[in-house]
Amino acid sequence: MIGRDILGIEDLSKEDIETILDTAVRMQEIGTREVKKVPTLRGRTQINLFFEPSTRTQTSFEIAGKRLAADVVNFSVAGSSVSKRETLLDTAKTLDAMDPDVVVVRHKVAGVPHRLAEVLRAPVINAGDGAHEHPSQALLDMLTVREHKKCIEGLTVTIIGDIAHSRVARSNIYGFTKLGAEVRVAGPPTMLPADVESLGVKAYTNLREAIDGADVLMALRIQTERLEGACFPSVREYSATFGLDRAKLHFAKEDAIVMHPGPVNRGVELAHELADHRPSVILDQVRNGVALRMALLYLVAGRGGR
Amino acid sequence: MRMAHEIVESADGIDRLYLVAIPNGGVPLGRILVDNLESLTGLRVPLGILDTTLYRDDLSLHGSRPLLRPTEMPSSVDDRVVVLVEDVVSTGRTIRAGMDALMDFGRPSHVRVVALIDRGHRELPIKIDYVGKNIPTQPEDKVIFREEPMASDPIKEAGQDKQTHQAELQLVVRVGVKA
Repeated sequence: MIGRDILGIEDLSKEDIETILDTAVRMQEIGTREVKKVPTLRGRTQINLFFEPSTRTQTSFEIAGKRLAADVVNFSVAGSSVSKRETLLDTAKTLDAMDPDVVVVRHKVAGVPHRLAEVLRAPVINAGDGAHEHPSQALLDMLTVREHKKCIEGLTVTIIGDIAHSRVARSNIYGFTKLGAEVRVAGPPTMLPADVESLGVKAYTNLREAIDGADVLMALRIQTERLEGACFPSVREYSATFGLDRAKLHFAKEDAIVMHPGPVNRGVELAHELADHRPSVILDQVRNGVALRMALLYLVAGRGGR
Repeated sequence: MRMAHEIVESADGIDRLYLVAIPNGGVPLGRILVDNLESLTGLRVPLGILDTTLYRDDLSLHGSRPLLRPTEMPSSVDDRVVVLVEDVVSTGRTIRAGMDALMDFGRPSHVRVVALIDRGHRELPIKIDYVGKNIPTQPEDKVIFREEPMASDPIKEAGQDKQTHQAELQLVVRVGVKA
Protein backbone atom coordinates (compact mmCIF):
# COMPACT_ATOMS: atom_id res chain seq x y z
CA MET A 1 0.00 0.00 0.00
CA ILE A 2 1.23 3.48 -0.85
CA GLY A 3 2.51 5.24 2.25
CA ARG A 4 1.69 8.68 3.50
CA ASP A 5 4.45 10.47 1.60
CA ILE A 6 5.97 10.07 -1.86
CA LEU A 7 9.68 10.55 -1.20
CA GLY A 8 11.35 8.29 -3.72
CA ILE A 9 10.88 5.40 -6.11
CA GLU A 10 13.24 3.36 -3.93
CA ASP A 11 10.48 3.16 -1.27
CA LEU A 12 7.75 2.06 -3.70
CA SER A 13 6.90 -1.52 -4.57
CA LYS A 14 6.12 -2.69 -8.08
CA GLU A 15 2.43 -2.78 -7.11
CA ASP A 16 2.57 0.80 -5.76
CA ILE A 17 4.08 1.99 -9.03
CA GLU A 18 1.40 0.19 -11.03
CA THR A 19 -1.37 1.67 -8.87
CA ILE A 20 0.03 5.17 -9.46
CA LEU A 21 0.34 4.61 -13.22
CA ASP A 22 -3.18 3.14 -13.48
CA THR A 23 -4.58 6.11 -11.53
CA ALA A 24 -2.71 8.50 -13.84
CA VAL A 25 -4.31 6.85 -16.89
CA ARG A 26 -7.75 7.74 -15.45
CA MET A 27 -6.55 11.29 -14.78
CA GLN A 28 -5.50 11.69 -18.44
CA GLU A 29 -9.16 11.60 -19.43
CA ILE A 30 -9.90 14.71 -17.34
CA GLY A 31 -7.33 16.66 -19.35
CA THR A 32 -9.30 15.92 -22.52
CA ARG A 33 -12.56 17.42 -21.20
CA GLU A 34 -13.81 20.89 -21.90
CA VAL A 35 -14.13 21.47 -18.16
CA LYS A 36 -10.74 20.21 -16.96
CA LYS A 37 -11.59 20.11 -13.28
CA VAL A 38 -13.04 17.64 -10.80
CA PRO A 39 -14.06 18.55 -7.23
CA THR A 40 -12.05 15.82 -5.49
CA LEU A 41 -9.69 18.04 -3.46
CA ARG A 42 -12.10 20.94 -3.00
CA GLY A 43 -11.30 22.81 0.20
CA ARG A 44 -7.84 21.25 0.48
CA THR A 45 -4.63 23.28 0.42
CA GLN A 46 -1.53 22.29 -1.54
CA ILE A 47 1.69 24.17 -0.88
CA ASN A 48 4.44 23.98 -3.49
CA LEU A 49 7.61 24.63 -1.49
CA PHE A 50 10.37 25.19 -4.02
CA PHE A 51 13.78 26.06 -2.58
CA GLU A 52 15.29 25.63 -6.03
CA PRO A 53 13.84 27.38 -9.06
CA SER A 54 11.83 25.09 -11.32
CA THR A 55 9.33 26.39 -13.81
CA ARG A 56 8.23 23.12 -15.36
CA THR A 57 7.81 20.86 -12.37
CA GLN A 58 6.21 23.60 -10.30
CA THR A 59 3.77 24.54 -13.07
CA SER A 60 2.91 20.89 -13.62
CA PHE A 61 2.19 20.35 -9.91
CA GLU A 62 0.19 23.58 -9.85
CA ILE A 63 -2.00 22.60 -12.81
CA ALA A 64 -2.43 19.11 -11.36
CA GLY A 65 -3.64 20.50 -8.03
CA LYS A 66 -5.97 22.96 -9.71
CA ARG A 67 -7.54 20.27 -11.91
CA LEU A 68 -8.40 18.44 -8.69
CA ALA A 69 -9.88 21.69 -7.28
CA ALA A 70 -7.25 22.09 -4.53
CA ASP A 71 -6.20 25.58 -3.46
CA VAL A 72 -2.60 25.74 -4.66
CA VAL A 73 -0.11 28.11 -3.05
CA ASN A 74 3.41 28.54 -4.41
CA PHE A 75 6.08 29.24 -1.83
CA SER A 76 9.22 30.13 -3.75
CA VAL A 77 12.56 31.10 -2.34
CA ALA A 78 12.99 34.44 -4.06
CA GLY A 79 11.75 37.15 -1.76
CA SER A 80 10.75 34.70 0.98
CA SER A 81 11.84 34.38 4.58
CA VAL A 82 14.33 31.72 3.48
CA SER A 83 16.46 34.45 1.98
CA LYS A 84 16.16 36.17 5.36
CA ARG A 85 18.09 33.25 6.87
CA GLU A 86 15.16 31.39 8.39
CA THR A 87 16.13 27.78 9.15
CA LEU A 88 14.54 24.91 7.27
CA LEU A 89 12.70 23.67 10.34
CA ASP A 90 11.36 27.11 11.17
CA THR A 91 10.06 27.41 7.63
CA ALA A 92 8.46 23.98 8.02
CA LYS A 93 6.80 24.87 11.31
CA THR A 94 5.47 28.09 9.83
CA LEU A 95 3.93 26.23 6.92
CA ASP A 96 2.56 23.51 9.16
CA ALA A 97 0.72 26.11 11.21
CA MET A 98 -1.17 27.08 8.04
CA ASP A 99 -2.68 23.55 7.89
CA PRO A 100 -1.85 22.44 4.38
CA ASP A 101 -3.18 19.05 3.22
CA VAL A 102 -0.15 18.26 1.06
CA VAL A 103 3.30 19.85 0.63
CA VAL A 104 5.33 19.44 -2.57
CA VAL A 105 9.04 20.02 -1.90
CA ARG A 106 12.01 20.72 -4.16
CA HIS A 107 15.43 21.35 -2.56
CA LYS A 108 19.01 21.28 -3.78
CA VAL A 109 20.07 19.17 -0.81
CA ALA A 110 19.28 15.44 -0.82
CA GLY A 111 17.10 14.31 2.07
CA VAL A 112 15.32 17.58 2.78
CA PRO A 113 11.86 16.22 1.80
CA HIS A 114 12.46 13.24 4.13
CA ARG A 115 13.32 15.55 7.03
CA LEU A 116 10.25 17.69 6.33
CA ALA A 117 8.07 14.59 6.22
CA GLU A 118 9.12 13.86 9.78
CA VAL A 119 8.11 17.32 10.93
CA LEU A 120 5.02 18.23 8.92
CA ARG A 121 1.58 16.86 9.65
CA ALA A 122 0.68 16.93 5.97
CA PRO A 123 1.97 14.35 3.47
CA VAL A 124 5.08 15.36 1.54
CA ILE A 125 5.73 14.78 -2.16
CA ASN A 126 9.37 15.01 -3.23
CA ALA A 127 9.66 17.15 -6.37
CA GLY A 128 13.42 16.63 -6.57
CA ASP A 129 16.06 16.58 -3.83
CA GLY A 130 19.66 17.23 -4.84
CA ALA A 131 21.17 14.38 -6.85
CA HIS A 132 19.01 11.88 -4.98
CA GLU A 133 15.50 11.30 -6.39
CA HIS A 134 12.84 12.92 -8.58
CA PRO A 135 10.01 10.42 -8.25
CA SER A 136 7.29 12.27 -10.18
CA GLN A 137 9.60 12.63 -13.20
CA ALA A 138 10.47 8.93 -13.20
CA LEU A 139 6.81 7.96 -12.82
CA LEU A 140 5.75 10.16 -15.74
CA ASP A 141 8.58 8.60 -17.76
CA MET A 142 7.29 5.12 -16.90
CA LEU A 143 3.75 6.22 -17.80
CA THR A 144 4.96 7.52 -21.17
CA VAL A 145 6.93 4.35 -21.93
CA ARG A 146 3.99 2.16 -20.95
CA GLU A 147 1.73 4.21 -23.20
CA HIS A 148 4.01 3.71 -26.21
CA LYS A 149 5.25 0.17 -25.52
CA LYS A 150 2.20 -1.28 -23.66
CA CYS A 151 4.36 -3.21 -21.18
CA ILE A 152 7.62 -2.22 -19.49
CA GLU A 153 8.74 -5.71 -18.53
CA GLY A 154 11.37 -7.00 -20.93
CA LEU A 155 12.24 -3.63 -22.48
CA THR A 156 15.76 -2.28 -22.72
CA VAL A 157 16.04 1.30 -21.46
CA THR A 158 19.26 3.27 -21.99
CA ILE A 159 19.84 6.42 -19.95
CA ILE A 160 22.53 8.69 -21.37
CA GLY A 161 24.33 11.57 -19.70
CA ASP A 162 25.50 12.70 -16.29
CA ILE A 163 24.27 9.68 -14.33
CA ALA A 164 26.27 10.59 -11.23
CA HIS A 165 24.60 13.96 -10.68
CA SER A 166 21.13 13.08 -11.95
CA ARG A 167 18.16 12.46 -9.65
CA VAL A 168 16.11 11.70 -12.76
CA ALA A 169 18.50 8.87 -13.67
CA ARG A 170 18.50 7.44 -10.16
CA SER A 171 14.69 7.43 -9.83
CA ASN A 172 14.31 5.94 -13.30
CA ILE A 173 16.87 3.22 -12.53
CA TYR A 174 14.87 2.20 -9.45
CA GLY A 175 11.56 2.39 -11.29
CA PHE A 176 12.34 0.65 -14.55
CA THR A 177 14.27 -2.18 -12.85
CA LYS A 178 11.35 -2.74 -10.44
CA LEU A 179 9.01 -3.04 -13.42
CA GLY A 180 11.27 -5.64 -15.03
CA ALA A 181 13.12 -3.63 -17.69
CA GLU A 182 16.83 -3.98 -18.45
CA VAL A 183 18.38 -0.61 -17.66
CA ARG A 184 21.68 0.56 -19.16
CA VAL A 185 23.46 3.79 -18.36
CA ALA A 186 25.95 5.51 -20.63
CA GLY A 187 28.20 8.51 -20.32
CA PRO A 188 31.80 9.61 -19.97
CA PRO A 189 33.53 7.73 -17.12
CA THR A 190 33.57 10.94 -15.06
CA MET A 191 29.77 10.96 -15.12
CA LEU A 192 29.21 7.34 -14.14
CA PRO A 193 29.16 6.62 -10.40
CA ALA A 194 31.72 3.94 -9.51
CA ASP A 195 29.17 1.64 -7.92
CA VAL A 196 26.31 2.26 -10.36
CA GLU A 197 26.11 -1.41 -11.34
CA SER A 198 25.13 -2.25 -7.75
CA LEU A 199 21.75 -0.68 -8.64
CA GLY A 200 21.18 -3.50 -11.11
CA VAL A 201 22.13 -1.66 -14.30
CA LYS A 202 24.88 -2.11 -16.87
CA ALA A 203 27.25 0.84 -17.37
CA TYR A 204 28.73 1.74 -20.75
CA THR A 205 31.21 4.35 -21.89
CA ASN A 206 30.55 3.47 -25.53
CA LEU A 207 27.25 4.91 -26.71
CA ARG A 208 26.87 2.56 -29.64
CA GLU A 209 27.07 -0.51 -27.40
CA ALA A 210 24.72 1.07 -24.89
CA ILE A 211 21.96 1.76 -27.39
CA ASP A 212 22.37 -1.42 -29.41
CA GLY A 213 18.91 -2.98 -29.55
CA ALA A 214 17.39 -0.54 -27.01
CA ASP A 215 13.65 0.22 -26.94
CA VAL A 216 13.91 3.49 -25.03
CA LEU A 217 16.65 6.12 -25.20
CA MET A 218 16.58 8.68 -22.45
CA ALA A 219 18.92 11.65 -22.83
CA LEU A 220 19.61 13.68 -19.69
CA ARG A 221 20.20 17.40 -19.59
CA ILE A 222 23.86 18.38 -19.51
CA GLN A 223 24.15 21.28 -17.11
CA THR A 224 26.55 23.22 -19.31
CA GLU A 225 26.47 26.17 -16.94
CA ARG A 226 27.84 24.07 -14.10
CA LEU A 227 29.92 21.36 -15.65
CA GLU A 228 31.99 22.61 -18.53
CA GLY A 229 35.60 21.82 -17.84
CA ALA A 230 34.73 19.63 -14.91
CA CYS A 231 33.56 16.30 -16.30
CA PHE A 232 34.39 16.42 -19.98
CA PRO A 233 36.71 18.42 -22.20
CA SER A 234 34.10 20.40 -24.08
CA VAL A 235 30.40 20.53 -24.87
CA ARG A 236 31.20 19.87 -28.51
CA GLU A 237 33.08 16.74 -27.70
CA TYR A 238 30.24 15.53 -25.46
CA SER A 239 27.76 16.19 -28.19
CA ALA A 240 29.82 14.30 -30.76
CA THR A 241 30.32 11.30 -28.47
CA PHE A 242 27.10 11.09 -26.45
CA GLY A 243 24.62 13.41 -28.17
CA LEU A 244 21.78 11.60 -29.93
CA ASP A 245 21.10 12.16 -33.61
CA ARG A 246 19.44 10.20 -36.42
CA ALA A 247 22.64 8.38 -37.35
CA LYS A 248 23.22 7.02 -33.83
CA LEU A 249 19.54 6.09 -33.56
CA HIS A 250 20.06 3.37 -36.17
CA PHE A 251 21.76 1.18 -33.57
CA ALA A 252 18.61 1.14 -31.42
CA LYS A 253 15.48 -0.85 -32.25
CA GLU A 254 13.58 0.44 -35.23
CA ASP A 255 10.60 1.51 -33.08
CA ALA A 256 12.71 2.97 -30.26
CA ILE A 257 11.46 6.14 -28.60
CA VAL A 258 13.57 9.11 -27.49
CA MET A 259 12.89 10.82 -24.18
CA HIS A 260 14.27 13.84 -22.35
CA PRO A 261 13.19 15.32 -19.01
CA GLY A 262 13.66 18.86 -20.32
CA PRO A 263 14.68 21.55 -20.74
CA VAL A 264 16.62 20.37 -23.81
CA ASN A 265 20.01 21.76 -24.76
CA ARG A 266 19.44 21.59 -28.48
CA GLY A 267 22.49 20.32 -30.32
CA VAL A 268 24.07 18.99 -27.12
CA GLU A 269 22.15 15.95 -25.82
CA LEU A 270 19.73 15.88 -28.72
CA ALA A 271 20.11 16.98 -32.32
CA HIS A 272 17.45 19.47 -33.50
CA GLU A 273 15.84 16.91 -35.78
CA LEU A 274 15.30 14.57 -32.81
CA ALA A 275 14.00 17.17 -30.42
CA ASP A 276 11.01 18.05 -32.55
CA HIS A 277 9.74 14.90 -34.22
CA ARG A 278 9.00 11.26 -33.64
CA PRO A 279 10.54 9.14 -32.29
CA SER A 280 10.84 11.90 -29.67
CA VAL A 281 8.03 11.71 -27.09
CA ILE A 282 9.13 14.74 -25.09
CA LEU A 283 5.80 16.55 -25.27
CA ASP A 284 3.95 13.36 -24.29
CA GLN A 285 6.16 13.32 -21.21
CA VAL A 286 5.10 16.88 -20.34
CA ARG A 287 1.42 16.10 -20.93
CA ASN A 288 1.61 12.92 -18.86
CA GLY A 289 3.36 14.85 -16.10
CA VAL A 290 0.15 16.67 -15.22
CA ALA A 291 -1.94 13.47 -15.10
CA LEU A 292 0.72 11.65 -13.12
CA ARG A 293 0.97 14.44 -10.55
CA MET A 294 -2.83 14.50 -10.27
CA ALA A 295 -2.62 10.79 -9.43
CA LEU A 296 -0.01 11.41 -6.72
CA LEU A 297 -2.08 14.23 -5.21
CA TYR A 298 -5.24 12.13 -5.31
CA LEU A 299 -3.51 9.21 -3.62
CA VAL A 300 -1.88 11.16 -0.76
CA ALA A 301 -3.39 14.65 -0.29
CA GLY A 302 -5.36 15.00 2.90
CA ARG A 303 -4.04 11.74 4.32
CA GLY A 304 -2.56 13.42 7.36
CA GLY A 305 -3.12 11.37 10.44
CA ARG A 306 -0.60 12.95 12.73
CA MET B 1 -36.96 -5.38 -21.73
CA ARG B 2 -39.77 -3.79 -19.72
CA MET B 3 -37.38 -1.07 -18.60
CA ALA B 4 -36.35 -0.46 -22.21
CA HIS B 5 -40.05 -0.07 -23.12
CA GLU B 6 -40.55 2.46 -20.34
CA ILE B 7 -37.51 4.44 -21.43
CA VAL B 8 -38.76 4.60 -25.02
CA GLU B 9 -42.28 5.60 -23.95
CA SER B 10 -41.22 8.48 -21.76
CA ALA B 11 -38.37 9.85 -23.85
CA ASP B 12 -39.69 12.29 -26.42
CA GLY B 13 -37.54 11.23 -29.33
CA ILE B 14 -35.20 8.27 -29.05
CA ASP B 15 -32.68 10.15 -31.18
CA ARG B 16 -31.91 12.36 -28.18
CA LEU B 17 -31.42 9.44 -25.76
CA TYR B 18 -27.97 8.86 -24.29
CA LEU B 19 -27.35 6.13 -21.74
CA VAL B 20 -24.55 6.81 -19.24
CA ALA B 21 -23.55 3.84 -17.08
CA ILE B 22 -21.89 4.16 -13.70
CA PRO B 23 -19.16 1.52 -13.25
CA ASN B 24 -18.86 -1.18 -12.33
CA GLY B 25 -22.41 -2.48 -11.92
CA GLY B 26 -24.12 -0.09 -14.31
CA VAL B 27 -22.00 -1.08 -17.30
CA PRO B 28 -23.41 -4.58 -18.01
CA LEU B 29 -26.94 -3.28 -17.46
CA GLY B 30 -26.22 -0.38 -19.82
CA ARG B 31 -25.12 -2.81 -22.53
CA ILE B 32 -28.26 -4.92 -22.10
CA LEU B 33 -30.45 -1.81 -22.31
CA VAL B 34 -28.70 -0.58 -25.46
CA ASP B 35 -29.32 -3.98 -27.11
CA ASN B 36 -32.95 -4.05 -25.99
CA LEU B 37 -33.56 -0.47 -27.14
CA GLU B 38 -32.11 -1.39 -30.52
CA SER B 39 -34.37 -4.38 -30.94
CA LEU B 40 -37.36 -2.20 -29.97
CA THR B 41 -36.63 0.81 -32.13
CA GLY B 42 -33.91 -0.17 -34.59
CA LEU B 43 -31.73 2.64 -33.31
CA ARG B 44 -28.49 2.19 -31.42
CA VAL B 45 -28.41 4.61 -28.49
CA PRO B 46 -24.91 5.82 -27.45
CA LEU B 47 -23.59 4.39 -24.21
CA GLY B 48 -21.17 6.39 -22.07
CA ILE B 49 -19.31 5.26 -18.99
CA LEU B 50 -18.87 7.74 -16.16
CA ASP B 51 -16.81 7.02 -13.04
CA THR B 52 -18.10 8.98 -10.05
CA THR B 53 -15.21 8.30 -7.66
CA LEU B 54 -13.67 11.76 -8.00
CA TYR B 55 -17.08 13.31 -7.22
CA ARG B 56 -17.81 11.31 -4.08
CA ASP B 57 -18.59 13.05 -0.81
CA ASP B 58 -16.97 10.36 1.33
CA LEU B 59 -13.34 10.29 0.25
CA SER B 60 -11.96 9.64 3.67
CA LEU B 61 -9.24 11.73 5.20
CA HIS B 62 -7.32 8.63 6.22
CA GLY B 63 -6.69 5.29 4.67
CA SER B 64 -6.09 4.52 1.03
CA ARG B 65 -8.02 6.04 -1.81
CA PRO B 66 -10.34 3.95 -3.98
CA LEU B 67 -9.08 2.92 -7.39
CA LEU B 68 -10.44 4.93 -10.28
CA ARG B 69 -12.45 3.32 -13.03
CA PRO B 70 -12.65 4.31 -16.67
CA THR B 71 -14.67 7.23 -17.99
CA GLU B 72 -15.54 7.17 -21.68
CA MET B 73 -18.04 9.71 -22.95
CA PRO B 74 -18.32 9.14 -26.70
CA SER B 75 -20.39 12.21 -27.53
CA SER B 76 -21.58 15.50 -26.11
CA VAL B 77 -24.39 15.46 -23.55
CA ASP B 78 -25.72 18.89 -24.56
CA ASP B 79 -29.50 18.81 -25.17
CA ARG B 80 -29.61 15.05 -24.80
CA VAL B 81 -31.97 13.04 -22.63
CA VAL B 82 -29.37 11.38 -20.44
CA VAL B 83 -30.32 8.24 -18.55
CA LEU B 84 -27.92 7.34 -15.75
CA VAL B 85 -27.67 3.57 -15.45
CA GLU B 86 -26.87 1.99 -12.09
CA ASP B 87 -27.27 -1.56 -10.81
CA VAL B 88 -28.33 -0.92 -7.22
CA VAL B 89 -29.50 2.41 -5.83
CA SER B 90 -29.68 2.94 -2.10
CA THR B 91 -28.64 6.18 -0.41
CA GLY B 92 -28.67 8.12 -3.69
CA ARG B 93 -25.21 9.51 -3.10
CA THR B 94 -23.67 7.84 -6.12
CA ILE B 95 -26.44 9.23 -8.33
CA ARG B 96 -25.83 12.70 -6.87
CA ALA B 97 -22.12 12.33 -7.73
CA GLY B 98 -23.07 11.07 -11.19
CA MET B 99 -25.27 14.13 -11.83
CA ASP B 100 -22.47 16.48 -10.78
CA ALA B 101 -20.01 14.65 -13.03
CA LEU B 102 -22.48 14.80 -15.91
CA MET B 103 -22.80 18.58 -15.61
CA ASP B 104 -19.04 18.89 -16.20
CA PHE B 105 -19.60 17.36 -19.62
CA GLY B 106 -22.29 19.80 -20.71
CA ARG B 107 -25.95 20.63 -20.28
CA PRO B 108 -28.31 17.71 -20.84
CA SER B 109 -31.94 18.64 -21.50
CA HIS B 110 -33.12 15.97 -19.04
CA VAL B 111 -31.43 13.60 -16.64
CA ARG B 112 -33.20 10.39 -15.64
CA VAL B 113 -32.15 7.38 -13.63
CA VAL B 114 -32.62 3.70 -14.36
CA ALA B 115 -31.69 1.08 -11.76
CA LEU B 116 -32.10 -2.64 -11.60
CA ILE B 117 -32.65 -2.69 -7.88
CA ASP B 118 -33.95 -0.05 -5.52
CA ARG B 119 -33.12 -1.18 -2.03
CA GLY B 120 -34.38 1.89 -0.19
CA HIS B 121 -32.64 3.88 2.57
CA ARG B 122 -32.42 7.07 0.51
CA GLU B 123 -30.40 9.85 2.17
CA LEU B 124 -30.87 12.41 -0.62
CA PRO B 125 -33.97 13.55 -2.52
CA ILE B 126 -33.30 11.33 -5.54
CA LYS B 127 -36.01 9.51 -7.43
CA ILE B 128 -35.48 6.57 -9.76
CA ASP B 129 -37.41 6.94 -13.00
CA TYR B 130 -37.21 3.34 -14.17
CA VAL B 131 -36.70 0.59 -11.63
CA GLY B 132 -36.33 -3.14 -12.19
CA LYS B 133 -37.31 -4.30 -8.75
CA ASN B 134 -37.77 -2.84 -5.31
CA ILE B 135 -36.13 -4.94 -2.67
CA PRO B 136 -36.65 -3.97 0.94
CA THR B 137 -33.41 -4.43 2.85
CA GLN B 138 -31.69 -3.64 6.09
CA PRO B 139 -28.98 -0.99 5.74
CA GLU B 140 -26.28 -3.53 6.63
CA ASP B 141 -27.40 -6.04 3.98
CA LYS B 142 -25.43 -6.46 0.80
CA VAL B 143 -27.07 -6.84 -2.57
CA ILE B 144 -25.01 -8.95 -4.93
CA PHE B 145 -25.59 -8.74 -8.64
CA ARG B 146 -24.78 -11.73 -10.81
CA GLU B 147 -24.99 -12.06 -14.55
CA GLU B 148 -26.35 -15.36 -15.80
CA PRO B 149 -27.40 -16.65 -19.21
CA MET B 150 -30.69 -15.35 -20.55
CA ALA B 151 -33.89 -16.66 -19.09
CA SER B 152 -37.39 -15.67 -20.20
CA ASP B 153 -37.67 -12.98 -17.58
CA PRO B 154 -34.70 -10.61 -17.12
CA ILE B 155 -35.02 -10.64 -13.37
CA LYS B 156 -35.19 -14.29 -12.58
CA GLU B 157 -34.82 -14.58 -8.92
CA ALA B 158 -34.42 -12.51 -5.83
CA GLY B 159 -33.41 -15.11 -3.36
CA GLN B 160 -31.81 -14.90 0.00
CA ASP B 161 -28.57 -16.76 0.59
CA LYS B 162 -27.41 -17.04 4.13
CA GLN B 163 -23.62 -16.90 4.01
CA THR B 164 -22.20 -19.00 6.77
CA HIS B 165 -18.92 -17.10 7.03
CA GLN B 166 -20.53 -13.66 7.00
CA ALA B 167 -22.81 -12.35 9.66
CA GLU B 168 -24.90 -10.13 7.43
CA LEU B 169 -27.65 -11.32 5.18
CA GLN B 170 -26.82 -11.19 1.50
CA LEU B 171 -29.52 -10.78 -1.07
CA VAL B 172 -28.52 -12.36 -4.30
CA VAL B 173 -30.18 -11.12 -7.44
CA ARG B 174 -29.65 -13.08 -10.60
CA VAL B 175 -30.14 -11.21 -13.82
CA GLY B 176 -30.55 -12.72 -17.24
CA VAL B 177 -28.03 -11.69 -19.86
CA LYS B 178 -28.04 -12.74 -23.49
CA ALA B 179 -25.66 -15.68 -23.67
